Amino acid sequence: MSKLTDLTIAEARDGLKKKAFSAVELTEAHIQSVEKARALNAFVTETPALARAAAAESDKRIASGAMRPLEGIPMGIKDLFCTKDVLTTAGSHILDGFKPPYESTVTRNMFNDGAVMLGKLNMDEFAMGSSNETSYYGPVINPWRRKGSDTKLVPGGSSGGSSASVAARLVMGATGTDTGGSIRQPAAVTGIAGIKPTYGRCSRWGIVAFASSLDQAGPMARTVRDCAIMLKSMASHDPLDSTSVDLPVPDYEAAMTGNIKGLRVGIPKEYRIDGMPAEIEALWQKGIAWLKDAGAEIVDVSLPHTKHALPAYYIVAPAEASSNLARYDGVRFGLRVSGKDITSMYENTRAAGFGREVQRRILIGTYVLSAGYYDAYYIKAQKLRTLIARDFEEAYARCDVLLTPTAPGPAFGIGEKTDDPISMYLNDVFTVTVNLAGLPGLSVPAGLNSEGLPLGLQLIGKAFDESTLFRVGEVIEKAAGATPRPQSWWEV
Amino acid sequence: MSVDKETVRRVARLARIAVPEERLVPMAGELNRILAWVEQLNAVDTSKVEPMTSVVKVSLQMREDAVTDGSRAPEVVRNAPAGEDNYFAVPKVVE
Amino acid sequence: MVTTRTETGPLIDGATGKWEIVIGMEVHAQVLSKAKLFSGASAEFGADPNAHVSFIDAGMPGMLPVINRFCVEQAVRTGLGLKAQINNSSVFDRKNYFYPDLPSGYQISQYKQPVVGEGIVLVDLPGGKTIEVGIERLHLEQDAGKSLHDQHPDQSFVDLNRAGVALMEIVSRPDLRSAEEAAAYLKKLRAILRYLGTCDGNMEEGSMRADVNVSVRKPGGPLGTRCEIKNVNSMRFVAQAVDYEARRQVDIIEGGGTIKQETRLFDSKKGETRSMRSKEEAHDYRYFPDPDLLPLEFDDAFVARIKASLPELPDDKKDRFMKDYGLGSYDAGVLVAERESADFFEQVSRGRDAKLAANWVINELFGRLNKEGKAVGESPVSAAAMGSIVSLISDGTISGKIAKDVFEIVWTEGGDPAAIVEMRGMKQVTDMGAIEAAVDQVIAANPQKVEQAKAKPSMAGWFVGQVMAATGGKANPQAVSELVKKKLGI
Repeated sequence: MSKLTDLTIAEARDGLKKKAFSAVELTEAHIQSVEKARALNAFVTETPALARAAAAESDKRIASGAMRPLEGIPMGIKDLFCTKDVLTTAGSHILDGFKPPYESTVTRNMFNDGAVMLGKLNMDEFAMGSSNETSYYGPVINPWRRKGSDTKLVPGGSSGGSSASVAARLVMGATGTDTGGSIRQPAAVTGIAGIKPTYGRCSRWGIVAFASSLDQAGPMARTVRDCAIMLKSMASHDPLDSTSVDLPVPDYEAAMTGNIKGLRVGIPKEYRIDGMPAEIEALWQKGIAWLKDAGAEIVDVSLPHTKHALPAYYIVAPAEASSNLARYDGVRFGLRVSGKDITSMYENTRAAGFGREVQRRILIGTYVLSAGYYDAYYIKAQKLRTLIARDFEEAYARCDVLLTPTAPGPAFGIGEKTDDPISMYLNDVFTVTVNLAGLPGLSVPAGLNSEGLPLGLQLIGKAFDESTLFRVGEVIEKAAGATPRPQSWWEV
Repeated sequence: MSVDKETVRRVARLARIAVPEERLVPMAGELNRILAWVEQLNAVDTSKVEPMTSVVKVSLQMREDAVTDGSRAPEVVRNAPAGEDNYFAVPKVVE
Repeated sequence: MVTTRTETGPLIDGATGKWEIVIGMEVHAQVLSKAKLFSGASAEFGADPNAHVSFIDAGMPGMLPVINRFCVEQAVRTGLGLKAQINNSSVFDRKNYFYPDLPSGYQISQYKQPVVGEGIVLVDLPGGKTIEVGIERLHLEQDAGKSLHDQHPDQSFVDLNRAGVALMEIVSRPDLRSAEEAAAYLKKLRAILRYLGTCDGNMEEGSMRADVNVSVRKPGGPLGTRCEIKNVNSMRFVAQAVDYEARRQVDIIEGGGTIKQETRLFDSKKGETRSMRSKEEAHDYRYFPDPDLLPLEFDDAFVARIKASLPELPDDKKDRFMKDYGLGSYDAGVLVAERESADFFEQVSRGRDAKLAANWVINELFGRLNKEGKAVGESPVSAAAMGSIVSLISDGTISGKIAKDVFEIVWTEGGDPAAIVEMRGMKQVTDMGAIEAAVDQVIAANPQKVEQAKAKPSMAGWFVGQVMAATGGKANPQAVSELVKKKLGI
């Protein structure tokens, strides 16, 4: 039997039901994994005591035949989700000591379904980053390495702790959030699956806000099916979130029939960017071939405003963030640095508490909203969003899903792109359009490149059609073959 | 549009982030690089387009007028760095 | 903002000639509701520190606003009461600034697309003139918390109980022209809000606050630079602030200076306005639509339901009182100033002489209530008792003078007026024989006075007084007077 930590959520669910092992055993195995993997720096806070207690409870329920959908499954929670009475930092110094007196709706849903929390996962500070290098708690290291090299690589971001911990088998699944690609891009560069659901599918209540009109919570796991299982528990209509949509949550697993005959797959030509690395183009072609083989119809489509998405994103997201982060002021929670008066206290606290990237984005955001610039920047960017959303609507008249690469390259070295913010921003070139339009996007592991590093393919769907994404995603996943476990260099 | 040292100082004050004097010019440079990059949006004709007003096409949910929350002062102030008798405390504000 | 008032109003004197004061007001009225605008915490006043605070009100990480339908209804209701345009679609914007009583670092308000548009308020001025004051808009927004600055030498304490309570900001056009007009407008606005039940208008408790914009100009000239006097919390202070500020501005301009546009506070102890010690830079609120909310939308049916539930408003009630009860504009105006007063009056006048009832309610009852600082609802003389007294006068059972005594007894001791009159033998003497006998007696006893009266007819009053005294005040004064004059031949 393979190690307990190698199981997928679907397999573990089966195993627990059949009593092949207990929830406590399953959790214990993962706690060991976590303790041995501190070199990855994936966790900000480990919660073994809570995990053991939850696992024991799960065993009781399994014994009494009252198994819930995520019963006993060891999970990691991105540190952006407020977890009751457990330190929640958002990867930032400014939330030092913050223990929320409330639970986010998404994590409450998961714990109500029996999930076991192993701890809070490291992330880019306030979800601002694509490499998990902006965290106050230090970078997360990708468990994957280039063949024959021991260069430390980034796990993607901002959900870097989530992707690394899932890939390294420290947890069976993890929550992430995605504002411009922060679930999909890290999933792609660590060889796992991750989905950003349609905006409004998962509640944002209790998730530290970055950019309110773009943020969305989603699952990250080793297989597409596991993501479907997790999403079913995470998603809900939440009356506490005015942007939460009142639609029933479908049985996503049931939609994974394996049959995509006649499905129209759109290939947007504008995603073929200048300087696109050959291996990414090749991957894309492979994906097209796999889907064609499975009976899908391939359709060329155009999303003309694609190239304006990144700049529009880097206006809207910082603008909303500059307002959302105004509450971090040292008055009611977190770090306080004293000052001679209230203004100095605010200024000193925020200067000490926020890292460089966060400060930069707050300043950009403040500037683009300020008098005289609002129309030229913010309104302009919001108009681009309308155009981008319209592009997708028109494309969806001719196809059912879109296939694109997830990221413009594999994992890069830690420190390689930190000098130039814009080169870092370009990591999101394939993913941001999806957040701007509010649509769902799934990254599927699609094999390893010549250096042995994972690459991913992205499927973009119609609003609230995550079912189709899971169905098509599984086809790609099967065609690509299972992604191997990264060879451990990190265990002590 | 580009920012200069004084603009950075003003924006930093609006954002209540203390930027040390010696960082003002380098920060202006960093912001200008980003602003120059986003300027490319000006090339797009958006004269006949409305800004996006809501990502989800639903109407604003309204809730009943009932007291369902509050009466939890200790929890509200629990994480505060300073306070007394369930008040938050801050350096004295002069009006 | 353009004033709709075209005619020149009252003017004040300066050294260089006459000046016109131009005033506009922004009134913040707390919505009467159980819970807050975007959170389920209680909106009630006066709780222990931070007891009426939810995590949303405290601006905790990850918290989100959900709008209270009733607060929206109250805003629409108020808009209808202001005869204003209701906007079926409006937007909530964030107004961004830092202050300890503003936990999220932004206030959710409405900027470019408010829920209510242009309307009008009719204001009766003392003296009989009625002016039209234009309403520019009404929007919904969150109230801020409160800071205490005097509890500690170097700390301020913050209580967020008030943070998030729904406010209606009602903006008038600059159509007011004097301190008196400003106070009268505020009084009328308060009456409308109280009639509608959308705000209790309690300025002392802070549930209604006024920001007053004042500028001066030469009659017919362009609008001057205005100053805003913030958070004035009584009508009296509004009038004082206007007078002081107008004089201050006239003095500056006539002295060769210019008015600096700024925000000021009214110091009620000194009766002066002074500049707020504010930051160097002007506020840049960076308004943008709140991405945690969607546009507020409701249909015509929503508005119609509210319209159908409106009570009779002061203007309509006043017109009806004048028409149905034959009351004059002034009296009708006094009676409808408060809904309770109007209801009280209607109870008193039901089936009785309305003008008599109005006279007694306004002069006797309201006069006494004002003197003792009581509200109509606290009147020791109930509407039924008052009505009873009016009936007793109407049917001649008691005279007006005796009625005042009865009123006094009911006020201080309580009791039923008819019973009091009966028990204390206060009935008016109407037996003409008895009255005639009393008149004859006084005439017979005072021959010199009779001669004087024939020369000076006004002396008849002396005789009337004597007869009234002789009858213990119970003779009908009218009858006595007529009889005296007849018997004296004057």
